[in-house]
Amino acid sequence: MKRIAAVLLICAAGAASAAEITVSAAASLSNAFREAAAAFEAAHPGDRVLLNFAASDALVAQIAKGAPVDVFASADQESMDRARPHLAPGSRRDFASNRLVVAVPFGSKLDLRTLTDLRQPAVQRLTTGNPASVPVGRYTKGALEKVALWGELEPKFVFGTNVRQSLDYIARGEVEAGLVYQTDVASQAEKVRTAMVVPTTTPITYPLAVIKNGPNPAGGRAFAEFILSPGGQSILARFGFGKP
Amino acid sequence: MDAALIALGLSLKVALWATVIDLVLGVGFGYLLARGRFPGRDVLDAVLTLPMVMPPTVLGYYLLVLIGRNGPIGHWLQQHFGINLIFTWQGAVIAAAVVAFPLVLKGARSAFEAVDVQLEQAAHVLGVSPLGVFLRVSLPLAWRGVLAGTLLAFARSMGEFGATLMVAGSIPGKTQTLSIAVYEAVQAGQDDTANLLVMITSLTCVIVLVAANRLVPNRAQGAA
Repeated sequence: MKRIAAVLLICAAGAASAAEITVSAAASLSNAFREAAAAFEAAHPGDRVLLNFAASDALVAQIAKGAPVDVFASADQESMDRARPHLAPGSRRDFASNRLVVAVPFGSKLDLRTLTDLRQPAVQRLTTGNPASVPVGRYTKGALEKVALWGELEPKFVFGTNVRQSLDYIARGEVEAGLVYQTDVASQAEKVRTAMVVPTTTPITYPLAVIKNGPNPAGGRAFAEFILSPGGQSILARFGFGKP
Repeated sequence: MDAALIALGLSLKVALWATVIDLVLGVGFGYLLARGRFPGRDVLDAVLTLPMVMPPTVLGYYLLVLIGRNGPIGHWLQQHFGINLIFTWQGAVIAAAVVAFPLVLKGARSAFEAVDVQLEQAAHVLGVSPLGVFLRVSLPLAWRGVLAGTLLAFARSMGEFGATLMVAGSIPGKTQTLSIAVYEAVQAGQDDTANLLVMITSLTCVIVLVAANRLVPNRAQGAA
């Protein structure tokens, strides 16, 4: 019993002394931010980066409810706008860009060249993020509304709770095609391929910001600076993200 | 409000079908495990009880791999019958049925084990067929335990979330059950919708539990 108490005390002390930086990031940033966090920790011994990935809107909902987050990186401006009351003034910066693509399972024999091709009966099911809570869904909805296809195609859609869930549906062949980011396709290159790049109504830029009342704002600023530095930018570029 | 009621209706439909499937299979396997003497009985019991202890995400993954379009069962169904279960309410029924199955099985098995073997033997000696013994002696005597397990399974099916989300997705009006609608509303930061949905969910659960208590009379009354 005493020994258990001692172990618990040591654990509690350890958690308190290590400088932890909590980063809430859009699901599409998963691979790139994992590597960026490792590079940051290597450059800042003693700091630990805790990563929390989900759809951007889910992350905003968590922050609005007081989740202890230091840095928020979202996949569109709209979700960052909604987090505005919680951001440290002047800390909001764009740090990456991306492209929306129609992706198909790697072995797919479908001939998809324009968005109109998605109307063909062979395309029974489509996927993307839920437009109500996932940025990629909003980009998709905007792009399809512009060419007057949203109303017709919407019934075919199975909406994911984040872009990586939609990507998984494509990779498993449960849908004929889906709209995800170019960088997502690159992360599953052996199972998914790009059929076409889709023009979006607003450019896909990723903003990040430090959270005002986070537990470790100094650490948050350091991580945000690292992402914007040449070192951080080259990691993002390696995963296919463009300049902001 | 309409969307909430549609989600409620879907949850009830999915839970009802899952419970019917569980009732039939649970009674069958429960009787087999209670009365059967065969090698591997304990292993079979353990395997059938697994869904109760495994995380729903693990079950969801198993189901996705098995009944998905490229899975062995899913591929076979697609080729021979043109049936696809992923992203359908029938897929949600399968997910809920698998998750809730052990509740019926456990209830049924212990209920059958509590039935006096001598009564079954007496019926047998009097010339009743094995099926007749089961239907006219064992099942009526075990009925209360079976029913209790079944109601629990219904409640568990109503609340199923993890495996259902993975197998059936979240398609409003088609596979978006109450629990998934709550999740989506919270994700989107729509607190009003979430509040309404959790109120409907809580109310439904209370009604189910009260109904369960009415349906299953307590032991003192039953014994009299």
